[in-house]
Amino acid sequence: MSEKENNSGYLDMDLLRFTTAGSVDDGKSTLIGRLLYDSKAIFEDQLEAVEKSSKSRGDENVNLALLTDGLRSEREQGITIDVAYRYFATPKRKFIIADTPGHIQYTRNMVTGASTANLAIILVDARKGVIEQTCRHAFIANLLRIQNVVVCVNKMDLVDWDQAVFDKIVSEFKSFASRLDNLINITFIPASALLGDNIVDKSENMGWYNGPTLLYHLETVYNGSDFNHIDARFPIQWVVRPHSDKYHDFRGFAGRIAGGVFKPGDAVKVLPSGFESKIKSIHLMDEELKEAYSPMSVVMTLEDEIDISRGNMLVKANNPPKMLQDIEAMVCWFSSTKSLSGRGKFIVRHTTNDVQAIVSEVKYKVNINTLHKIEDDLELKLNDIGRISIRTSAPLFVDSYSKNRITGSIILIDPLTNETVAAGMII
Amino acid sequence: MDYRITHLKQLESEAIFVLRETAAQFEKPVLLFSGGKDSIVMAYLAKKAFWPAKLPFPLMHVDTGHNFPETMEYRDRFVKDLGAELIVASVQEAIDQGKVVEETGVNASRNSLQTVALLEGLENGQFDAALGGGRRDEEKARAKERFFSHRDAFGQWDPKNQRPELWNVFNGKKHHGEHFRVFPLSNWTEMDIWQYIKLENIALPELYFSHERECFVRNGVIMAVTEFTQPQPEETVEKMQVRFRTIGDTTCTGANVSSASDLDAIIDEVAAARNTERGTRADDKRSESAMEDRKKQGYF
Ligand SMILES: Nc1nc2c(ncn2[C@@H]2O[C@H](COP(=O)(O)OP(=O)(O)OP(=O)(O)O)[C@@H](O)[C@H]2O)c(=O)[nH]1
Ligand SMILES: [Mg+2]
Repeated sequence: MSEKENNSGYLDMDLLRFTTAGSVDDGKSTLIGRLLYDSKAIFEDQLEAVEKSSKSRGDENVNLALLTDGLRSEREQGITIDVAYRYFATPKRKFIIADTPGHIQYTRNMVTGASTANLAIILVDARKGVIEQTCRHAFIANLLRIQNVVVCVNKMDLVDWDQAVFDKIVSEFKSFASRLDNLINITFIPASALLGDNIVDKSENMGWYNGPTLLYHLETVYNGSDFNHIDARFPIQWVVRPHSDKYHDFRGFAGRIAGGVFKPGDAVKVLPSGFESKIKSIHLMDEELKEAYSPMSVVMTLEDEIDISRGNMLVKANNPPKMLQDIEAMVCWFSSTKSLSGRGKFIVRHTTNDVQAIVSEVKYKVNINTLHKIEDDLELKLNDIGRISIRTSAPLFVDSYSKNRITGSIILIDPLTNETVAAGMII
Repeated sequence: MDYRITHLKQLESEAIFVLRETAAQFEKPVLLFSGGKDSIVMAYLAKKAFWPAKLPFPLMHVDTGHNFPETMEYRDRFVKDLGAELIVASVQEAIDQGKVVEETGVNASRNSLQTVALLEGLENGQFDAALGGGRRDEEKARAKERFFSHRDAFGQWDPKNQRPELWNVFNGKKHHGEHFRVFPLSNWTEMDIWQYIKLENIALPELYFSHERECFVRNGVIMAVTEFTQPQPEETVEKMQVRFRTIGDTTCTGANVSSASDLDAIIDEVAAARNTERGTRADDKRSESAMEDRKKQGYF
């Protein structure tokens, strides 16, 4: 099952990134520990270390959450504070797991883990049902456009494996999710992370459930690409000028393709200058590529000598992004020390660009429980989500986040503290 | 058309992206090069990132003075082939200058002294970003680290208060005197590293392949007999067929009995391994949060 047992076919594996979500103590870390343990992706020395610390903490069973709760304060408090990344593989898929904290105080770390995920496992404690933090995390998963969601109704052992409890939570969640436009593929699994029911092995306590185990689902769920292969976007990171005899006239533009497909011979346009040229060659070191697409990192050369620098973007003339100085975005607010009411000055980072910006307006905040707009309190504070308007000092080359996760996302940086105070999804 | 790249190519592309962001966002980055497989892969990826130009930053070796001679030979050849500049931050110098005091006793290690030499090396060169080959799968505290990891003016890591890191939009902004550690290989596993070495045909130090050498066993760890690791009277020396899974300072790097003499055999061995690669690292065994504590103080 684990990466260890499989070697052939390694160069042909698909990658699925997933994240955990849900309220504090719902069993996220235990679930990941169980998943790794039952699929034999744990090394003996790791297990010994966890057994030893479980014992010295006086835990009854081996505390599998300790496999991901690696910081001293996390172990002391028995909670997750920051994202832990874990890795495992089965013959067909390689997985990157982000185990995130449920505590509301650390929502920004949850968003960090979820921002790169293709799938989210939202845990619900069977005894508690759908609560505010479940809604908040589902809302964030929706905002980040995570395509696949698994709702794991955990701790079924504490409710006598009762189907009625499960069914009630399923309908509670469905009624909430029906108001979230992007949460389409939702799978519900009743489980006990503590005892291992329906994680890797099918539960013997819940004969009424005929669906997949969590691992089976993760291995087989359709993993549509999150990359855009339609709208060509190449943000320039770095200009390569070797100044060597052999490559005297070489002038390459390095970057990671953010969208579409590029081929030598393609006509391209440079933003913001508007100059046009053709792609001469595409390189990845000594390899010359016939085509390149997202998310490949490459170097391109052009037929003509044009002034291009970091922060510029190569696109196709018939399908450019929007060049905007007025941007509308949904933001998650991360700062505990700085809030936003009305106007504020920030640095906006978008792909490889940094620009000065003024938030001109907070349009509304979202009430996480009702999903209603709050329009009478427009101060964005820690963990708030809302819609803002931004005016930038120079145009950015943007798409909507729904069209392209890379060219549709921004972060806001406080110029005084240098902290990342918000993440934004362009509308 | 199905435009997909394999997971290994995704990791390569991500690492190259991070290396270029580091070159672009910082004034004076440096790549920490230990001569171990991870830093070799990182330096190789840096070559890919900036080809056909040379690396836009130097390499720095934090040298405990307790090296395997094979590592040093490899290092010098590798750096020459790369056409890069090498800076050596010496622990021995720090000791000679009285900046640190060496541990004594049989299990003395210079591992913890590396932090001092590293921080001094960074300060002397006025480097504002240090690229490290650390991987999140290595250790539980490492599993928590960001790609761009902020350090205060004392080089310390504050794991409870890390900057959020969204998508791949990295914020390398900092105040004067602060610096960043950057980990391009964050998402790679040990298996990924070996598969990539094979895919790209990257040459490695001989120590990684099975060879015969004189060893002794201490605290369950197989130690090579070297200038710096000598057996105690009650410890017996034996000729063993071994290889190293990680290469660090001789005093804290254990060997594994192995007949794996080429990459395919090593990959099979890694696939069947039942212990983590750091399982033979004495420096991690000192306490439950040994790594976190060292990282807080400024360790790699
Ligand atoms: N009975 C029972 N207890 C469980 C189950 N899953 C987890 N627990 C217990 O619930 C407690 C919290 O589990 P964690 O895995 O740390 O919860 P978490 O969701 O990761 O919490 P945060 O990361 O702090 O948000 C621990 O005491 C677990 O042993 C389960 O299926 N059944
Ligand atoms: Mg947890």
